[in-house]
Amino acid sequence: MDKFTTLTGIAAPLPLVNVDTDMIIPKQFLKTIKRSGLGKALFYEMRYDENGNPNPDFILNREPWTRAEILVAGENFGCGSSREHAPWALKDFGIRCVIAPSFADIFYNNCFKNGILPVVLPEEAVGKLMEDAGKGGNARITVDLPQQTVSSSEGEVFRFEIDPFRKHCLLEGLDDIGLTLQKIRHIDSYEERQKGAMPWLWNGSAA
Amino acid sequence: MSEPRTLYDKIWDAHVVHEADDGTCLIYIDRHLVHEVTSPQAFEGLRMAGRTVRHPEKTVAVPDHNVPTDESRLHGIENEESRIQVETLKKNAEEFGIEYYDVNDPRQGIVHIIGPEQGWTLPGSTIVCGDSHTATHGAFGALAHGIGTSEVEHVLATQTLIQKKSKNMLVEVTGSVGPGVTAKDITLAIIGEIGTAGGTGHVIEYAGEAIRALSMEGRMTVCNMAIEGGARAGLIAPDETTFEYLKGRPHAPRGGMWELAVAEWKKLRSDEGARFDKVVRIEGEKIAPVVTWGTSPEDVVPITGTVPHPEDFEGPKREAVRRALDYMGLTPGTPMTEIEIDTVFIGSCTNGRIEDLRAVAEIVKGRKVKEGVRAMVVPGSGLVRMQAEEEGIADILREAGFEWRLPGCSMCLAMNPDQLAPGERCASTSNRNFEGRQGRGGRTHLLSPAMAAAAAITGRLTDVRELM
Ligand code: SF4
Repeated sequence: MDKFTTLTGIAAPLPLVNVDTDMIIPKQFLKTIKRSGLGKALFYEMRYDENGNPNPDFILNREPWTRAEILVAGENFGCGSSREHAPWALKDFGIRCVIAPSFADIFYNNCFKNGILPVVLPEEAVGKLMEDAGKGGNARITVDLPQQTVSSSEGEVFRFEIDPFRKHCLLEGLDDIGLTLQKIRHIDSYEERQKGAMPWLWNGSAA
Repeated sequence: MSEPRTLYDKIWDAHVVHEADDGTCLIYIDRHLVHEVTSPQAFEGLRMAGRTVRHPEKTVAVPDHNVPTDESRLHGIENEESRIQVETLKKNAEEFGIEYYDVNDPRQGIVHIIGPEQGWTLPGSTIVCGDSHTATHGAFGALAHGIGTSEVEHVLATQTLIQKKSKNMLVEVTGSVGPGVTAKDITLAIIGEIGTAGGTGHVIEYAGEAIRALSMEGRMTVCNMAIEGGARAGLIAPDETTFEYLKGRPHAPRGGMWELAVAEWKKLRSDEGARFDKVVRIEGEKIAPVVTWGTSPEDVVPITGTVPHPEDFEGPKREAVRRALDYMGLTPGTPMTEIEIDTVFIGSCTNGRIEDLRAVAEIVKGRKVKEGVRAMVVPGSGLVRMQAEEEGIADILREAGFEWRLPGCSMCLAMNPDQLAPGERCASTSNRNFEGRQGRGGRTHLLSPAMAAAAAITGRLTDVRELM
């Protein structure tokens, strides 16, 4: 997995609440058997018209936000389905960090598995960053994971909270499966215990 | 004496493999359901890392999202991408030794319908699937939730998940509901009350007489939409209704093992005095048949109500409401029952079970679908379809003018050819009314199967109680 440490980049404002995963990546793009190449379909229905031409008003189609690496959005971002295609599409587009007052659970989880940092900040802070992001041009926002801060282009600093284990994994780019396989002894002994306590989960259809 | 625990606490405690100092846990997963859309990259990941599936016998795979629901599929899937995804699932299942129900197998169906149907879903177990509506299985007192593809790979490789414990939330629906009010109305009313983020960070336990009185089908409908309330999972304590449903299912325990299991399952309830972080109480008597007006499942109104004004809302929601009404083509103040529809979709993992089809048949029997309305019924599984045919339900529906389709997700998310055209308005028994969910520009009103049936007959959103 890609590491995430600090990032200074263009941030795109998306002042919508309840941005759902169908909006982030609609279902017609879920038919792929790969993880890559979804960036062009990110926010497809807002980003393109019926004929597939870019909608010039949509933020990610405007300069300089076509090169955005940070997204600032309203509350409950990423609600809806569990599709990991949503973070895959964001990442493929170039977004490495999403800032919002709150996130839907599964989406939040999925971000970490893909080297994307979801940052939760209070509504007011998000509002300020949203405004800052709207300036475009040289207004770059800095996200510092080791320090757990986001700084606006004007130097205003906001501190965010993050689970220490997730922070560690993101900083080191650790692979979850590899980590878990180091605990294989614990899994083995759990299974032995469970075979005694809940045998029907092991040979359910046997008499 | 140990501390009183909630149902969630008990299932959680029984599945902790390892707990780190910071509270991050490794949780054991008993059952894993896999479908074609969220799994190919996970299997590919295993192959690339040279890993195997730890317990193939704990996983079952079925294609559902992409499959066409007309007879064409008997000769293969036409759309190339869909076909490749389904074939990939089949190949992966074979390669890794996973039980697989093929497209035309009678046991095929929506993953959350076939899990319980085949007895894979058992009380007190942990269940995951790369699909947010995994919450459905919580109806059996199983801890069940959706995961992303990376986690699918993690479960395949290790039979565990890295998790932090959620908070406990209790939603109690007291008393009983009136005629024409169904499990779908209950679950929509709850979301209307708590909002789509109301359950975020929590596992909801549904309790109260109105929940107890529901059949397993109804309980699955309630838990199915826990995710729409933002919760990680929904739970209902198992009871005789649960055991009755499960007994004799192909993968349920049998004989002495069944007795042993039931004795344990009876302990799966929240202890007296157990602590919930959040409690919501709703009076069953006050729930009316409901329908959504907007593009979020929390946009709920009784069928007797009117389209709201953006000014009724505060903060960022006001703008969202404006946008939603614009998308839905609705004018504030319009009575809900004056809204005309073009399409009726009955199906999905929320309402594609036999009881749902019976409710539809009861309303449409001897009546006709309004001219110009396209009405389709998509059973949740091959077995539901067969049962509906045996019970004569299929005949009633066909005679009334419904299309009687083959099982799958269909127009719930419109990945297959079943889609709305731009501007088309649909009365749908599914679970999401997001923009474009049922087809680009399509407008979705969520409601119960009985209400959908009523809408099919009159061609507009209708209070089903008038047709009862
Ligand atoms: S029926 Fe709809 S909600 Fe259920 S699994 Fe299929 S697509 Fe998802």
